[in-house]
Amino acid sequence: MTGFAVEANFALNIALLLMLLVCGVAIARTRSLMAAILLMSVYSLVSAVWLVVMDAADVAFTEAVVGAGVSTIVLLGATLLARGQTERHDWRTQIVPGIAAIGVGVLLVYAATGLPGFGDAASPANAHVGRAYLEQTAQDIGVPNMVTAVLASYRGFDTLGEAVVIFAAGIGVALLLGFGPRAQLAPLPEDLGDHHVVLRVVAKLLIPLIVLYAFYVQFHGDIGAGGGFQAGVILAVAVILHALVFGLRETMAAVPAKAARTIAALGILLYAGVGVVCIVNGGGFLDYDRLFSPRVEAMIPANLLGDPGQAHHWGQHFGIFFIELGVLLTVAATMVTIFYGFAGRVLDGEAKR
Amino acid sequence: MHEALVWIGGGLVIAGTLLSLLGAGGVLRFPDVYTRLHAASLTDTGGATLVLLGLGLVSGLQLDTVKLFFCWAFIMLTTPAAANALANAAYGSGHKPRIGTFQIVPADKNIPADDGPAEDGPTGDGSSGK
Amino acid sequence: MSLLGTHFNYVAVVVLMMIGLFIVFSSRNLIKRMIGLAIFQTSTGLFYISLGKVAGGTAAIRLDGTSPEARALAATLDPAYVAQHGVEGVVYSNPLPHVLILTAIVVGVATLAVGLAIAVRIREAYGTIEADEINAVARVDAAGAEAAP
Repeated sequence: MTGFAVEANFALNIALLLMLLVCGVAIARTRSLMAAILLMSVYSLVSAVWLVVMDAADVAFTEAVVGAGVSTIVLLGATLLARGQTERHDWRTQIVPGIAAIGVGVLLVYAATGLPGFGDAASPANAHVGRAYLEQTAQDIGVPNMVTAVLASYRGFDTLGEAVVIFAAGIGVALLLGFGPRAQLAPLPEDLGDHHVVLRVVAKLLIPLIVLYAFYVQFHGDIGAGGGFQAGVILAVAVILHALVFGLRETMAAVPAKAARTIAALGILLYAGVGVVCIVNGGGFLDYDRLFSPRVEAMIPANLLGDPGQAHHWGQHFGIFFIELGVLLTVAATMVTIFYGFAGRVLDGEAKR
Repeated sequence: MHEALVWIGGGLVIAGTLLSLLGAGGVLRFPDVYTRLHAASLTDTGGATLVLLGLGLVSGLQLDTVKLFFCWAFIMLTTPAAANALANAAYGSGHKPRIGTFQIVPADKNIPADDGPAEDGPTGDGSSGK
Repeated sequence: MSLLGTHFNYVAVVVLMMIGLFIVFSSRNLIKRMIGLAIFQTSTGLFYISLGKVAGGTAAIRLDGTSPEARALAATLDPAYVAQHGVEGVVYSNPLPHVLILTAIVVGVATLAVGLAIAVRIREAYGTIEADEINAVARVDAAGAEAAP
């Protein structure tokens, strides 16, 4: 069973985990918040590489976009608003937490010795429901990417809940920080200078490509790694890049906060609406096999998408398409709303301008 | 033929990795922001080019090669732009270059201490890697 | 079973988790605490993904068992192993933890943003994001409120 490929995979796994540990220790030790945030970004990128080694291509994608992109931006924005550059340190306050962490860690390591070994194909986690998904996706759903199949179809209700949580978090940030009142302030004189000309040119070139890539990730999600969550965050990153280079005022003229709010709600509505349509057609909530009535399904030409033999999966294909679209809209608009909240907050000293 | 391409490609990947490692060494050893940035960005683009070229040789001409080409194009676009933005920001926040001002500033004048480790840092041996 | 062989991943994940827990406990800076919480959260994800890895497996994107890629993958493994644990000639890693963690990461950044937004509002109300200084300000406020009526 253990060939060279398996051994090499395991060695890479150990090397990357050690790098993660180094990043973690460095984050715990540093006093500069800025350094901690940038190390957190490095940590996310390394863990994205590790996730590829663990065959979790979709998760690696998400971690790279979210961890190294959006969460770094949000943390930097919060640090700027809170004006906390360094944290104070006192070794005496670290003894009790240190002992507590070591104690819990020893208990957890003791508990971990009872787990099945790493990579065990026969372990309970891998042998029952996970294996059932692997075996039945081809007949039940008919999309090659089984992660998308489980995410959007088998566990579609769960994913609806996640999308609602993201939406609620976006609303929470907007209620706490507002919808970007900073964009209404008069621009500072130094903002008008053009010493970022290289960035402007490159950003103009990149932003359309990033948007295009987001849609590729979105609509390729059934076939390869990708899907609504990743594409949504990538789409939001395009807006954030525009705001960072051209200023919040320009971006909010292009994508108003009101539009972002509306789109986020529309995404949830689209997702839940697909479920309701399934109920109307006689199925359960989000039962995509009943998305179309048999009469409508018969009208879809068999060769519309690829293999004519897969005609019985039309409901699944369209159901996944629409709910992924809903996830894309919600995630992208929520991330933009969160960014507007942080970037558009007016600092105390600026209010008079 | 394919066997030879795999070996050449593997060699290029290793060379690219070593170049990136050299860049990391430069970031640690160089005295100020600008030289460190120079080491990091040049070896980043160079190393990534070598690695992607090597991977392209290993995979042969297929769809993946096109994707690798796009990766390369993005790296060539973004890394220099990021280095430019960083240098711009460092200059804007008042970091003075250590190397280069030595010729302009008289010898008896002290250059205000930056975040570099020592006055007599190495001046260019690391940048010969590219 | 050996702690540094088959169980190395779990030990590493526990250490990362404890680093996160330590930061949450020991740091008084609210933003640093949120960073610690983020480390704790991602380490949980790493644990799930570690459990779902199958030795010699590939990403859970369906391959045709007769295609050259699938054959090349199967050739690196013992045929009996592939026959027992593979699906139509290809061994995949478990997709279920991937699904759970994928959504958890995006939810994680959204909730992180909520926490940071609260930290920003605390900074605006109390003038600091250090927990002990906030407590001191709150105590002074409470004493003032008691003295007033």
